[in-house]
Amino acid sequence: MSLCLQARQLACERDDRWLFEGLDLDIHSGEIVRIEGPNGSGKTTLLKILSGQLSDYHGELYWGGAPMHEVREHFLANLLYLGHAPGVKAGLTPLENLAWYQALSGEQGSESAREEALAHVGLSGFEDVPAGQLSAGQQRRIALARLTLTQRALWVLDEPFTAIDRHGVGALEAQLVAHANAGGCVLVTTHHELTASPVLRRVQLG
Amino acid sequence: MHSSNATIDAPVMSMHDPKGGLVVALNATLKRDLTLMLRRRGEVLNPLVFFALVITLFPIGISPDPELLAAIAPGLLWVAALLAALLSLDSLFRSDYEDGSLEQLLLAPQPLAALGLAKVAVHWLLTGLPLALMAPVLGIMLSLPAGSYAVLALSLAVGTASLSLIGAIGAALTVGLARGGVLLSLLVLPLYIPILIFGAGAVQAAIMGDGVMAHLAILGALLAVALMLAPWAIAASLRISING
Amino acid sequence: MWAFIHKLGSPKWFYSISAKLQPWFWGAATLLLVTGTLWGLAFAPADYQQGNSFRIIYVHVPAAFLAQSIFVSMAIAGLVFMVWKIKVADMAASVMAPLGAAMTFVALFSGAVWGVPTWGTWWMWDARLTSMLILLFLYLGVIALRGAFSSRDSGSRAASVLAMVGVINIPIIKYSVDWWYTLHQPATFSITGRAAMPMEMWAPLLIMVLGFYSFFIALILMRTRSEILRREANKRWVRELVGEAR
Repeated sequence: MSLCLQARQLACERDDRWLFEGLDLDIHSGEIVRIEGPNGSGKTTLLKILSGQLSDYHGELYWGGAPMHEVREHFLANLLYLGHAPGVKAGLTPLENLAWYQALSGEQGSESAREEALAHVGLSGFEDVPAGQLSAGQQRRIALARLTLTQRALWVLDEPFTAIDRHGVGALEAQLVAHANAGGCVLVTTHHELTASPVLRRVQLG
Repeated sequence: MHSSNATIDAPVMSMHDPKGGLVVALNATLKRDLTLMLRRRGEVLNPLVFFALVITLFPIGISPDPELLAAIAPGLLWVAALLAALLSLDSLFRSDYEDGSLEQLLLAPQPLAALGLAKVAVHWLLTGLPLALMAPVLGIMLSLPAGSYAVLALSLAVGTASLSLIGAIGAALTVGLARGGVLLSLLVLPLYIPILIFGAGAVQAAIMGDGVMAHLAILGALLAVALMLAPWAIAASLRISING
Repeated sequence: MWAFIHKLGSPKWFYSISAKLQPWFWGAATLLLVTGTLWGLAFAPADYQQGNSFRIIYVHVPAAFLAQSIFVSMAIAGLVFMVWKIKVADMAASVMAPLGAAMTFVALFSGAVWGVPTWGTWWMWDARLTSMLILLFLYLGVIALRGAFSSRDSGSRAASVLAMVGVINIPIIKYSVDWWYTLHQPATFSITGRAAMPMEMWAPLLIMVLGFYSFFIALILMRTRSEILRREANKRWVRELVGEAR
């Protein structure tokens, strides 16, 4: 199955208002696709539809050429979604947070791999501090450590640069490019200008 | 380090097939929720203190007469335990909803119904079971007749499992609402009535020396039905709530 | 079959077909209710035990039947909405909830009024009345949940799920309340629990029940039609329709 997410005639109506209509999208291996549009134009909703969270849309989604509802499990096993909220438990340490995420995808993983992933996002030394005591940017970094830790082909990232400092932004951007170059693909919304991304494609909403 | 570095020239990234690993995911979810709850002991204790407080109110509000209290004790203990279990339900999915873990739970390549069931199991383990164990002590304070204590604890242990399952549907439906707490009670309490009837009935029957087994068997049957159906309703409700 | 379901689901189609059906149900309702009322109140014999007060059965029983049936229809409409995403089903469900709650209230109120001559009190924890009271709470829960969501679509789905959960529970609640009642008050006689009613008494009852059903089908058609207009107000066919009417 080749890495390919397609949307045909996608439309979403929210309480009698069309957020978008007749949207055709083809996202292939090696691409970074940025969804653009003013506030309220449905960027987050589109990402939620494309990541299979919402079901009340019109149109069809295909994953690797097959209708989404037939291959949903395969799709989810290859998807990494990061939403507005980082999904980090304040009561757990960064290591425990990552361990749960690894287990959710069915793998035990190893403590050393998790430590390495945390080091990669600059959180060495914070492994055993409850996440609630870390800053918003550090909590966001815990979530971003999942990009390194779990190998998934399709990344869907909703405003991943929020609360990240300038150095982190550069590293993350490089990581997105490396992922695309390695044959993965990235679907992203951000207000941040992606400078170092030669493979960037834009989709305009609203 | 990052595995993509190794395959940097490959045009297409290798894809995973869904591996299953449901047991791993369930264990991890159980462990995670238990850890979280045990780090906030106050939240675990609150329903128990509430239970004891409500039971204290009745002799004060009605009469300290042991005979009168003994007559109404089965119902009082069951109603108070039911309310205590209800009280703690609102937080079942709320923190997961607020910090974004809930959408990650929905996107896990595992059946959501099973993951939801794991969360409900933790809720019962830290609420229903302690309430059941504590009830006999409060029974003494209400002069509950001897011979019904074991039945009280057993009926509560079985009954609160159903309460957690049914209540979780309500919690899942209201988790996206800013003030879901009161609404949750309104949705869930009517559905609790059969369990209350057979739970309090079991204790009553034990006092009268009637057959207790019929009541307990029905409580068990209700639990079986709830176990079969509630996880699907919980999963469907969570998917609705995540829509906002 | 599939095409038919979707045709049925089109608000525009439903709007026109219900316009044709509506007068028939209004007509049937008027005829049945007038006949049933006259027969029941004026011609049916008085009960040998309760005298004329038993005649409240001609309101109480149809209302109680209807209250339960509306909940079941509401759950079915919710299922249709969830499975086939047919919006008309949800519109119907949304107008059914208040009507069902009103009917439950009528059944409760008529039961209470009946209680005065029968039991000498406005309220007894009679099995049927208790079940009705719980049903009223279930209705109120569905209505409150629908209203609590800021997004109407989510509110519709949540209400559908709750209605389905409720409908699975209704028989369990009814059975357990009956058990509870026989356990605690085996001696008191239930107001409608007796069989063997003579034909002159139950024939008008049957007519009243049918009349209530026709009345409510007509009312639900009417209310669903206005709900369709409200929700589809900015669709072209509605604008054209309103334009024509002007």
